[in-house]
Parts: sequence; C-alpha cells; structure tokens
Amino acid sequence: MAQRNEDNAGIRYLNPVTVEVKKKKYCRFKKAGIKYIDYKDAEFLKRFLNEQGKILPRRITGTSLKFQKKVAQAVKRARHLALLPYVTDLLK
Amino acid sequence: MLKNYETVFIATPVLSEAQMKETAAKYLNLIKENNGTVVNDEDWGLKKLAYPIQKKTSGFYHLIEFQAEPAFIDKLETQYRRDERIIRFLTFALDKDAVAYAEKRRANWAAKKNSTEAEKKETNE
Repeated sequence: MAQRNEDNAGIRYLNPVTVEVKKKKYCRFKKAGIKYIDYKDAEFLKRFLNEQGKILPRRITGTSLKFQKKVAQAVKRARHLALLPYVTDLLK
Repeated sequence: MLKNYETVFIATPVLSEAQMKETAAKYLNLIKENNGTVVNDEDWGLKKLAYPIQKKTSGFYHLIEFQAEPAFIDKLETQYRRDERIIRFLTFALDKDAVAYAEKRRANWAAKKNSTEAEKKETNE
C-alpha cells in the first residue's frame, strides 16, 4: 500500500494545477437596486437567454429567486409580443 | 378606483399609415369614453416580429399607458378580440415600481425623440 503512495507522490506535473477560484456570484438586480424588469426592452432581456433563446438558469446567472421569477415572467411576456423568439439559433 | 394599466398591441402590416392611426385613435377614444385617462401613448411603427404571426413577419406596434376602472379591461379585451386588424395584444397592470419605471422611461423616450427630430431638422437644412 505504502509503496503505491510513493509512486503517486512521484508524479511530477509540468505546470502547477490551478484550482479554479470560485467567483462569488451575486444578484445583479439587488446590487444595482433595480426593482422592476421591463418586458418591453428585449435587448436587456437577451442577456438572460442562451443562443437558442432559452432562459438561463439561476446557477449560471446567479440571480436571486425573486428576480429570476420576474425575469422569467418578463421574457414570457416579450415572447408573447414577438419581441423575443420562442426558439431560434444564434440569437446573439 | 382608477388603476394604472399598460397595453401593447400589434396591428397587421397590411394596413396603410392612415388606417393604423385610425385603429390607435379608436382605442384611445374607447379609453376616454369609459372615464379612463391616457397617460402616454407611443407608436413604435413597423417592426420585424421575432416569429411569424398569422403568416406575417412584421407588424405595427403601439403602446398605450392609461388609468382606468378594473371593470373596463374586459371591455377593452373583447374589442381587441373582435377587431381583426389587431393580431396580438397584451394588457398589463402596473404596480408602484412599474409606474416609477414608466415615468423614467417616458422621460428618456421623449428626450430620444427630440434628439432624432433635431437630427432630422439638421439633415434637412
């Protein structure tokens, strides 16, 4: 058992293993003090959609639950008014 | 008790400019008749739709911000449904944050409009 540990210790890495520093995610609405998300300006809402026009999950955008619901509601209203597509490719 | 509402509707692109104005005027009068007050109305003009609606890929967008009795909204919506020129509409109740946002938006919308008109004048001269 011990013998194998030495082999492991013997492994040399070419460059030091960079541990990805976990960036603290924050809710941009709380930070900027935005209270109301307007369903009419599609440009702003596009930041919360991926290429296919789907809504990005909270774990990626980092928004809080309260504002994620408002964003989702606004995106759905914008889609109803054909300001945003339901599904597309290369939206950006 | 008057509540704040905001309605956006899309008219078919087949309409001429005059017909489009007439439809918008029709709804403005409808609001005024039912003791509502129009706070602001914007004409976004002909815009491309993100997906075709009724086989049409563009439409006239028109926004009306108004105050009215809650009971009036059903009447407004039945009018929309009956009117075949309107292909899509959305009415939305504004809460206090939304009203604050709307005022701010109206300010820079007016500012933007003046700047575009100013540019047009310069180009004409």
